[in-house]
Amino acid sequence: MSAPNPKFDFDIAVVGSGPAGLAAAALAASKGASVVLLDEQAEPGGQIYRAVTETPVRDRKVLGPDYWHGAELLGPLRDSGAAHWPGAVVWSVARPREDAADGHRPIQIGLSRNGSAAMLTVRHVILATGALERPFPIPGWTLPGVLGAGAAQVLLKTSGLVPSGATVMAGSGPLLWLLAWQYLQAGARIDAILDTTPKENWRAALPLLPGFLRSPYLGKGMKLMLEVRRKLTVIGNVTALRAEGAIGGDSALKSVVYTRNGAEHRLPADTLLLHHGVIPNLNLANATGCAQRWDEQQRCWRPTTDEWGATSVEGVSLAGDGAGIGGARAAEEAGRLAALDALHRLGRIGREQRDKAAVPFRAALDRALTGRAFLDTLYTPAEAFRAPADDTIVCRCEEITAGAVREAVRLGCSGPNQAKSFLRCGMGPCQGRLCGPTVTEVIAAERGVSPAEVGYYRLRPPVKPITLAELAALPKTDADIDAVFKH
Amino acid sequence: MTATASFKPDVIVIGGGLHGCSAALQLSMRGVRVLVLEKDHVARHASGVNAGGVRQLGRHVAEVPLSVASMALWHRIRDLVDDDCGFESHGQIKVAESEAELATSHARVAELNALGFTHEEVVGRDELRALVPAIADHCVGALVSRGDGAAIPFRTTFAFRRKAISLGARFQEGGAVTRLARRGGLWTVETADGEKFEAPVVVNAAGAWADRIAAQVGEPVPLEVIAPMLMITARVAPFIKPVVGATGRTLSFKQFPNGTVLIGGGLLGRAVRDENRTELDFSQVSVNARTVWDLFPCMRGATIVRSWAGIEARMPDQIPVIGPSGTEPDLYHSFGFSAHGFQLGPIVGRITADLITGGSTDLPIAPFSIGRFAA
Repeated sequence: MSAPNPKFDFDIAVVGSGPAGLAAAALAASKGASVVLLDEQAEPGGQIYRAVTETPVRDRKVLGPDYWHGAELLGPLRDSGAAHWPGAVVWSVARPREDAADGHRPIQIGLSRNGSAAMLTVRHVILATGALERPFPIPGWTLPGVLGAGAAQVLLKTSGLVPSGATVMAGSGPLLWLLAWQYLQAGARIDAILDTTPKENWRAALPLLPGFLRSPYLGKGMKLMLEVRRKLTVIGNVTALRAEGAIGGDSALKSVVYTRNGAEHRLPADTLLLHHGVIPNLNLANATGCAQRWDEQQRCWRPTTDEWGATSVEGVSLAGDGAGIGGARAAEEAGRLAALDALHRLGRIGREQRDKAAVPFRAALDRALTGRAFLDTLYTPAEAFRAPADDTIVCRCEEITAGAVREAVRLGCSGPNQAKSFLRCGMGPCQGRLCGPTVTEVIAAERGVSPAEVGYYRLRPPVKPITLAELAALPKTDADIDAVFKH
Repeated sequence: MTATASFKPDVIVIGGGLHGCSAALQLSMRGVRVLVLEKDHVARHASGVNAGGVRQLGRHVAEVPLSVASMALWHRIRDLVDDDCGFESHGQIKVAESEAELATSHARVAELNALGFTHEEVVGRDELRALVPAIADHCVGALVSRGDGAAIPFRTTFAFRRKAISLGARFQEGGAVTRLARRGGLWTVETADGEKFEAPVVVNAAGAWADRIAAQVGEPVPLEVIAPMLMITARVAPFIKPVVGATGRTLSFKQFPNGTVLIGGGLLGRAVRDENRTELDFSQVSVNARTVWDLFPCMRGATIVRSWAGIEARMPDQIPVIGPSGTEPDLYHSFGFSAHGFQLGPIVGRITADLITGGSTDLPIAPFSIGRFAA
């Protein structure tokens, strides 16, 4: 590696420009640190505020006031002086090298822009990689016409697109209701919502209700849900789902079969939107070597962080849903806290200054997280959807079924990493994003132990695919690096 | 697989990699009671994540007799472990990019022929293209070993484990050996989780951690811990059968039946063995990618989806340590395979079993004596 190019010598890199990343970059840069905000999208906003600067959906009531709040984060970013590099795909964050000669331990970020790759050296990195939808494996989920509600929402935000033809939504959780409401505002057709929230979740969630009653989301959430229930057909207590194409063919979706009170029913459908919650997008943190733990309440793996978002890897912190699901407002405050701690670690502010500045952010964070436990518990997906029946494909890249995973367990496969070796499960281009949580659940259930015991994939860079040509041409000189980063 | 208190092993094998599993299998086939102690889980390190090359081609001359004997076992691997281990034999090829490189290939074949080995041969421009149609225009010929091939490392190691278990071997996973001592003709082996095991004989097949075992019995070895890097592409249409390397640079290149292409060859990242982890060095990965760019123009647009490194042991002379301890009776070493031990797995397990049950072996193992590092 060449010496760092002074033009690209940043104190802090922030990866991802959702609420956490926007707030972190703006705060850190406003305190005088040199900051670069790296984001793979063309426009800032992340998924939650996707296309907030340029969405064709100009009627503000369609996407709702919570969406438009995202626009308020952009001014502070512009004013802060942080560099914003859109279209920058980060595929590797390397741990500090223990043997760095000059005392401080730089971090190397592998990134691609405009078809060229380069390594960028920084002193601290804040990963704000957000959330992704929890995989929802049902028979037929790979058919054309079946997609995640989150993906459908992205189409609405970026292009104003809504499904045409018969549309069924299925699953549980706040995002499902929000999307249904947004579709209603946009005048889209929705034939039915199949609610898979398990009845018995209410028993576990009720003791947590008092906390939720103080949540700022309560009023908005209830209003939205009531409106959806009033205007749409909502079918509750759905315990099984299946997507079907034409008989005997691999054609597109034709109908959705669901089970309610033990009886099967069929709905014609051209589009099925599935959703049962979001989980941290931890691939980059995992590949960087950050320790992670199983969160029983959210039923997902999350990187281990302290109250500032610092991970087990020196110089690497996390902010927002990538560290555990808390929602957009919580992410914003977590971004500010991570930025303060990074400034402190870089010697720009003292400990007292950090702690004092953090007080309002921490209070706002606590407010934003109020009632979270109730939502997490109420919307925990049923086991039948987390660890599906044998004939269901769990790994889409390699077409591995839940039954094949169970068979591997019987042959001695004890966790997801061995499943990779046994079945190639999780070794496709998605790097386990679409199968990791399911494989963990299936193996844990089959072994009769907690997911905490079976572990999760050890993920490997490049976390996002890059071409051999990009890698072969990885620049070695300052002039080469300049050519890649010029923007 | 918990070793029960009542199980009294004749031999304790330290290390659940391919070499430990192979020794366990060969001993179990002879009715010897074996306990394998593995600090993580079977095939966790080099044995599970290597490139899977089953190669006689280009080996150190001291290794050639063992490699040739092992190849015979590979070609009927199902008879040994009841699983084909994903082994396919389409040959291995070392491409020459210049006439000078081709000259070294001719010299190599002459050297082997003089020793009585005929498995390597030189092919010219046209035959190289018949074997590897996608090779770049500038390549002038190659060294070829037609009986070579590749297998799936994790599946192979697990097959050896499974067969050993079916013959009575026990495996204890999840506790590293912390102490090794011999008293009154009996070894006591302690693990990090506080368990103690006893047996008259011990095999040290601890891979990148084997020097620590050797040091316990007063024979330190200059073992270097290395992290050879590999990368794999998304699927591309099948275009190559043999495994391809290069004469003048570091490369191992092969396509799996599912279309993905594995690229490696031994460029090193950094191993942190006490934390079971490795760090990649993308400047070196880039060198590897550049080699593929040069040799396989059709691969330039391929997508790299993953790269990784295993933790392996390398000896200063690049050949392993095989055979009895120089300081203690009833201790046998099998480690330091220097990033090319996978193909030798079947035969070295047999050699170790020969030494333990019969006191000798018919293969020449003198060059691998641990005594070569004695002060």
